[in-house]
Amino acid sequence: MIASEVRALFAVASRPEIVSLAGGMPAVDALPMEAVAATVSELVLSRGAVALQYGSAQGDPDLRARICDVMAMEGITDARPDDVVVTAGSQQALDLLTRVFVDPGDVVVTEGPTYVTAINTFAAYQARIVHVPMDADGLSPSALAETLGRLAAEGARVKLLYTVPTFQNPGGITLTPPRRAEVIEICRRAGVLVVEDNPYGLLSFTGEPVRAMRADAPDDVVYLGSFSKTLAPGLRVGWALAPAPVTARLVLAAESAILSQSMFTQLVVERYLATQPWAEQVKVFREMYRERRDAMLDALAQSMPAGATWTRPDGGFFVWLTLPDGMDTRSMLPRAIAARVAYVPGAGFYADGSGRNSMRLSFCYPPPDRIRDGVGRLGRVVRDELDLHDTFRP
Amino acid sequence: MMSPTVHDVPDTVKDATMTDLGRVLILAGGLSPEREVSLHSGGRLRDALTRIGVDADLADVDAATLPALAADPPDVVFPVLHGTSGEDGTIREVLDLYDLPYVGAAPPACRVAFDKATAKAAVTAAGVATPAAVTLPRAAFHDLGAAALIERIVARLGLPVVVKPRAGGSAFGVSRVDDASGLAEALMACFGYHDSALIERAVSGVEIAVGVIDFGDGDSDSDSTGPVALPAVEIEPAAGVYDYAARYTAGATAFFTPARLDDAVLRAAAETAITAHRVLGLRDLSRTDMIVDAAGNVQFLEVNVAPGMTDTSTWPMGLHAAGLDFAVVCRDLAARATNRARPGPR
Repeated sequence: MIASEVRALFAVASRPEIVSLAGGMPAVDALPMEAVAATVSELVLSRGAVALQYGSAQGDPDLRARICDVMAMEGITDARPDDVVVTAGSQQALDLLTRVFVDPGDVVVTEGPTYVTAINTFAAYQARIVHVPMDADGLSPSALAETLGRLAAEGARVKLLYTVPTFQNPGGITLTPPRRAEVIEICRRAGVLVVEDNPYGLLSFTGEPVRAMRADAPDDVVYLGSFSKTLAPGLRVGWALAPAPVTARLVLAAESAILSQSMFTQLVVERYLATQPWAEQVKVFREMYRERRDAMLDALAQSMPAGATWTRPDGGFFVWLTLPDGMDTRSMLPRAIAARVAYVPGAGFYADGSGRNSMRLSFCYPPPDRIRDGVGRLGRVVRDELDLHDTFRP
Repeated sequence: MMSPTVHDVPDTVKDATMTDLGRVLILAGGLSPEREVSLHSGGRLRDALTRIGVDADLADVDAATLPALAADPPDVVFPVLHGTSGEDGTIREVLDLYDLPYVGAAPPACRVAFDKATAKAAVTAAGVATPAAVTLPRAAFHDLGAAALIERIVARLGLPVVVKPRAGGSAFGVSRVDDASGLAEALMACFGYHDSALIERAVSGVEIAVGVIDFGDGDSDSDSTGPVALPAVEIEPAAGVYDYAARYTAGATAFFTPARLDDAVLRAAAETAITAHRVLGLRDLSRTDMIVDAAGNVQFLEVNVAPGMTDTSTWPMGLHAAGLDFAVVCRDLAARATNRARPGPR
């Protein structure tokens, strides 16, 4: 199935009749809108002339200081506001990093599967994307070492390891602490910069934040953070924390890309963090997503036929479902849409066409009852697909 | 008998000005895979009608549609819903239940036209050529054994073949198969969209689409201003395959209007479109897709009762080539439908 056909099917998936387990949209309707409105109103009335003016390419200093406090919750206690660059979502940070570091033909190593929009960014800069497999403990260090060794022998220029180590998108997998140290050491020896993309780190269902890779490797890791999942994606406020020489280049790149970040949304975030119980709000999000994760895992256990396997995330938004070999979740998608449920076919999360028998399921947006309905429908679609598969490939 | 072409359209049609046309409700969207295409078609139609002063609204079909139709009935409905419920007669049956006039064929004709296998049989009976085909439901492969059936299909039709959902549009679930080993996968893709597959011998040649406009009264025997064929649009996809992307990506397909074919072939294509329209009992508008083989023979592929009206759709291209204004023709078709006798008491 061609990509435009998948897009056409997703146009149907946006209808309310469809239970969409496809999009990774945060449940922003759980935000206290009156508090948001009060923050915005107060900002405009008290500091409107600043909020509506140009700012610096690096971002507002007060916000950068607050970002350092946020990162301290994940064990990063040595960050200075000068090392932070505020960006339009962490997506822009990834774009700027790729622009700074990656020349056409350079290699970016990523988990397989990985965040689809990262693939698009690397592809836009003509990088070669090489995947390293994961297991339940995250990225495999031995496979990473083997891959980097092979690439070095080929003479390939490997520039970055891009990883979402905590509650990974799309896998829902978290890299274990011992492996974090191993991965950093392997990359350090190979001279490869680690890009730790961590939008979900504070959404831990155990309540304990996962210690960031950057916390123990300030010179080897560029950390990307975001308020998209802990506040609101519509504000488009993310950031990069990088070693000083990298920060300087990111600021220059940001200046040419955007001149100045939106002062308005930066100050909305800064004021919200300063005046509202934001940490309590993150707890509300965590509890809500945990309940939805539980609904999805229960429903999968009840609905999926033998041979289907799935991950069990301890945080974040996503479950990765794998069907028996040979099945194709793209060609199954129209049947799922007809059954009024949507997911994202797995192949889109690979640059090399792998993942055809897998899919990403999001539990972040629909309420638990809808999730149970949707997974139930999906179970029937999968059984039907297995039957079709048996018919044509006995 | 020579079928009329657009050059025979009476001036009364070309110049018609319908002043009594009330509110036109365009129905589009819905939940078919062709939702996006349909919304483009509907939006373009609404904008065109509005531009010439028609009171036209666009509604996405959902659970709110029927209460809205009951509370504030439009004077006429223009369905541009593509795909199953839009083209298989469902939405028109519903409109009949609400005694609302609409543009386009009635439900029984839609049901026949939307079913590619039945439509092929009907036009074949009227002497129109169409590629040889086999139509089988998914259950047959399941119950009787896919391998044996695939072997017989290939023996009967040869290769290449085109596998299509028995009903559906925009090339969803359609695959060309050049090697027998690819047939199982093509069938699986097809069954994603419909439970029955039409496996058709692939014919090499020039793909064309011929639009039809019909200001007659639907009674073909007594029509004085019956269906007329628009100039044929030749379709040349850059990638060689007229798939979904080729259909709706600007520049992905080259269109030639009129098609670069001999006059005799163009005349035969027009006749085929008219014959299909008449034999299937269609009214107001239709579009017939055909292929002209190497020998110049026109072969019928399928007919559409709610043809696409996007910027890259062939029915509006045919109108443009004929020197007709899309908005004016659609307005006049709507006016025609408004004046049509209601199916029941109001």
